Amino acid sequence: MNYPLKRTLFFLFCIFFNALHICAQDIDLFKMQDDQNKKDDKEKTDIVTATFKTTRLINGQSIENVGRGIMDVKISHRFGTLNSGAYNFFGLDQGTMRIGVDYGITDRLMVGIGRSSFNKEFDGFAKYKLLRQSTGKRNVPVSISYAVTGIWQSLKDPATTYPIHYTDHFFFAHQLIIARKFNDYFSLQLVPTLVHYNIVPLASSPNDYYSLGIGFRQRISKRVNITGEYYYQFNKITGYYNSLSLGFDIETGGHVFQLQFTNSPGINEKTFITQTDGQWQGGNIHFGFNIARVFTIVKPKVLANTKW
Amino acid sequence: MKKAVLVLFIASFSLTIQAQHLFSTKTGQVLFNASSPVEKIAAANNQTDSKMVDKTGQIVFNVLIKSFKFENQLMEDHFNENYLESSKYPKAEFKGYITNITTVDFSKNGKYPVTVEGNLTIHGVTQKINGSGFITINSGKPAVNGTFKIKIKEYGISGLYIGDKIANEAEITVNCKYE
Repeated sequence: MNYPLKRTLFFLFCIFFNALHICAQDIDLFKMQDDQNKKDDKEKTDIVTATFKTTRLINGQSIENVGRGIMDVKISHRFGTLNSGAYNFFGLDQGTMRIGVDYGITDRLMVGIGRSSFNKEFDGFAKYKLLRQSTGKRNVPVSISYAVTGIWQSLKDPATTYPIHYTDHFFFAHQLIIARKFNDYFSLQLVPTLVHYNIVPLASSPNDYYSLGIGFRQRISKRVNITGEYYYQFNKITGYYNSLSLGFDIETGGHVFQLQFTNSPGINEKTFITQTDGQWQGGNIHFGFNIARVFTIVKPKVLANTKW
Repeated sequence: MKKAVLVLFIASFSLTIQAQHLFSTKTGQVLFNASSPVEKIAAANNQTDSKMVDKTGQIVFNVLIKSFKFENQLMEDHFNENYLESSKYPKAEFKGYITNITTVDFSKNGKYPVTVEGNLTIHGVTQKINGSGFITINSGKPAVNGTFKIKIKEYGISGLYIGDKIANEAEITVNCKYE
């Protein structure tokens, strides 16, 4: 059989070409995964979490919110002052306390109610996360939240010469919380605050009190943090001082224990910011603690139908 | 000869038809269970990214640690911050092969037992693992499922409670339906 060389070569080339075509389709998943990871690293935005360990720093609100569907029970106790002397066991014989329950409605909105024994005050608040700190593709340097608190003082009124209206017992606080988590060890927050008194003792006294809170936490071990909180008042009621607190947080499986020293006997925004009646220099220091325990009320959807 | 070459020529095309097929999913499920008699520690991740190739048996899984959801928020925070350190190691991945892929007929519906071998990277540490499971073929689409155990400390994960409230070995269950 006579066959031109050219045609033979042509057919052989076609067969060879098809064989090459098969090799070109070899998929390498490992390389695909590595390329995808590199791409994701550039594209992703990491939202910063756990700036502080719980929703209250010491006395005041922190940037943290309670997760959606989660209930946080808070018990706070402040003993008497250390300068009460040995007879009063350095303040351990007296105390004020607050019991409260917080709930996360969504991941951004939480609400809470509580009652303090100091002046028999009920409080209710809402805190909303406006901005979350993030790194990566979308870089946001701080987290910002807004908190509004309403306080009702149920203490019986002393005799007065003027008629008392029920709104006289209400106080409000508006706070903007600006926080930044610098690294896994240190976080800082600034809290410009407005406390409003519906009624004040003198016509010359203002109804609005402005202050700036500053708080920090410094991690010293895996489960222990040192915290500090100071509220500087731009205008204050005579006889009262700025609130300064130092504490440390200990985390265990389901609880966060906060131990602190503070010159504020009160635990809600109006009381601890504008009605702190003692100074650290005078030994008017209260030892106290906060215990927070979380309960899951609404399970995350993902786990609803999971069978282990 | 002419016919023979022509037949060979056409036949060579058929070789290209048997191309490799890439199956993937972005909603695979990975379950993590390190419960001890004292504490239930379990989480689910329903956003697992996985791909597999039928001809070679190559299979990869990629999970974002922050996507593991726990019932208890504080447990989830500890999982991320203290144990897995997800800000440093945001992902865990598996790259391996289904060693007996040739026993699986992707064109026939059924449940085929398979063995898997490969490298698992968690918390920045890579370990060679092998396990077994099943591939279920349904109308040409595969689904894999299997369970295997890992020793938590082998991945550089440390903590007081491991071996106590947290089991030494975690059970990982994989359930992925591919497209």
